[in-house]
Amino acid sequence: MVHSALALPDYRDQAPEVAARFERIRQRPVILRVKDLEKTYGLDAERHVVFDHVSLDIHRREFITVIGPSGCGKSTFIRIVAGLDEATSGDILLDGKAVAGPGPDRGMVFQGYTLFPWLTVKRNVMFGLRARGKSSSTAESEARSWLDMVGLAKFENAYPHELSGGMKQRVAIARALANEPRILLMDEPFGALDAQTRCKMQGYLQQIWRKVDVTILFITHDLDEAIYLSDRILVLGTNPGGVREIIENPVPRPRSVAQFISPEFVALKARLDELIHGPATETAEEDKLPMARMTMAGDDVE
Amino acid sequence: MGESAPKPARRQWLKPFGELPASGQAIFLWLSFLLPLVAWAIVSYVPFVWHPLVRITEPGGVSYFRPDTLIDKKIFRAENAKLKAAGQPLAAGVPANPVFLPAPHEVARAFYKSFTTPPRRKGEKWLHESLWQSIQVIFLGFTLSSLIGVPLGILCGVYAPISRLTEPFVDFTRYMPAPAFGALAVAVLGIYAPPKIAIIFLGTFFQQVLVIANTTRKLDTSLIEAAQTLGANRLCLLLRVIVPGISVDLYNDMRILLGWAWTYLIVAEYIGASSGITYFINQQAKYRIYDNVFAAIIMIGILGFTTDRILALLGAHLFPWKKRRSRTSAARRSWWPRRSAAPAATPTAA
Repeated sequence: MVHSALALPDYRDQAPEVAARFERIRQRPVILRVKDLEKTYGLDAERHVVFDHVSLDIHRREFITVIGPSGCGKSTFIRIVAGLDEATSGDILLDGKAVAGPGPDRGMVFQGYTLFPWLTVKRNVMFGLRARGKSSSTAESEARSWLDMVGLAKFENAYPHELSGGMKQRVAIARALANEPRILLMDEPFGALDAQTRCKMQGYLQQIWRKVDVTILFITHDLDEAIYLSDRILVLGTNPGGVREIIENPVPRPRSVAQFISPEFVALKARLDELIHGPATETAEEDKLPMARMTMAGDDVE
Repeated sequence: MGESAPKPARRQWLKPFGELPASGQAIFLWLSFLLPLVAWAIVSYVPFVWHPLVRITEPGGVSYFRPDTLIDKKIFRAENAKLKAAGQPLAAGVPANPVFLPAPHEVARAFYKSFTTPPRRKGEKWLHESLWQSIQVIFLGFTLSSLIGVPLGILCGVYAPISRLTEPFVDFTRYMPAPAFGALAVAVLGIYAPPKIAIIFLGTFFQQVLVIANTTRKLDTSLIEAAQTLGANRLCLLLRVIVPGISVDLYNDMRILLGWAWTYLIVAEYIGASSGITYFINQQAKYRIYDNVFAAIIMIGILGFTTDRILALLGAHLFPWKKRRSRTSAARRSWWPRRSAAPAATPTAA
């Protein structure tokens, strides 16, 4: 890999202001505590461990990203936190209290938008408010202000199928935030979007996160996205499944696209690459296809 | 058709899952009705197509020939051959179809006449009265079935215990043909409308529960999960997510089920004291007025078809979120020209 040839800083080196910021985060109260979480399928000999011994404290207004290769159980992890799946053992504590089953205190944004197609944009955002017993007029005015915040006030009476993917996901974020959740869970929320829209959405999300009192647990398989957005990154692995490392992101805030080529960014990305895809030498062999030459000699494309 | 290359458009007609241009849609729509009509007209009006009988115009020397009698062509030829040999005057006639195949114009006339001529005997019903009687039976049977079948079907789809408790028995019962319960229905409910309504009910109900349970199960579970993370409780999930979520498919299921109810109608009306459109058809067949029989059968078709079209149009207004002109399979399956409506707002990039 190219990174190793360059003189990069260690990904654990933090500038003083970054270190100070992490110190401040650690002072804040813990919103979500994951204690010794384990998920297995099957019994005895058939038993397959997705992950075990996953422990993590998420502090107020922290942005945590979970990353890992496919099959590492990162989606299962966030679904357990949301209460949509059950852990084999371990606890999820929200504000110190154990939680079971899904609830509005843990809002969720899914990759597939999951907007209710029969409701207008406004009524989608009102759904959680109404379900929690708020009056129609209160819910409506609150929904309006959330839609305003994600820049979709003009589309309040449109139906989801009339919106683009990025717009749908902004509605989904507004819908989850309208419940004022203690933590916002995002399961690869931008995975279905094209590169350009995804980049814009990352910008929107940072703006929202700055303005709203919300803690975010974010799942992705995109290394750049993980580094660009997060304070800390939880890296999950397979065989055996579990936590590889919890990394404090050394890239200073506020973040910008220009930082993608900064030394801290590149160093951290190299480390993540290594954790997820293994050392560079191993993959090189696998990447070569066992192919016979099927073109004329001299008819080369490179 | 646009001025830009009409030829490739025509080639697209046979593209798998392709869509027809608007002009083509209209042409094929009319052809689908016109072609059977043309076939019927050819059989009726072209003398050398089929026409297995001869309508006698001049009996000639055959003692049992009468003007207007219908005689098998073979017999007619054999008799004429005999007459020729005997030197007697020949019989004359024109090719004719059997009485049970009236020509289109006769049926068209019967259509009009059956509504304007009073019934032959006192106590018999006019065509429109018979039809109204049938519609009432269908409506009551279908409504009663839906009142129980729809909620039960939804509950079966949503909750595993209710499904396990209900569906095996329903599945078993649905193989018993509804008409098999006819004698029982008459014994319990008498001979007039109630046993007929019961047959429609039995014919609809068991299918309805299974069809609607399946439709319910097809609901995207991620919508349920999303609602749960938004704080929806069990009742809210059922009434504000599941029911609206399946409503479009449910509505289409009901249209199909209503069609099935119509097919049970004829059998149901045979039970006990024959009534409704079935009685009308039978009486007309007894009198050998087959024009009226055809008119009545076509009338059922028109009635069912019109109801379905009205329901389809109503559906477009009931479900404004339904994607129009999309390339989904549901849109492709439908042949009826759809209205294209402008979206409420034009989306821009995120």
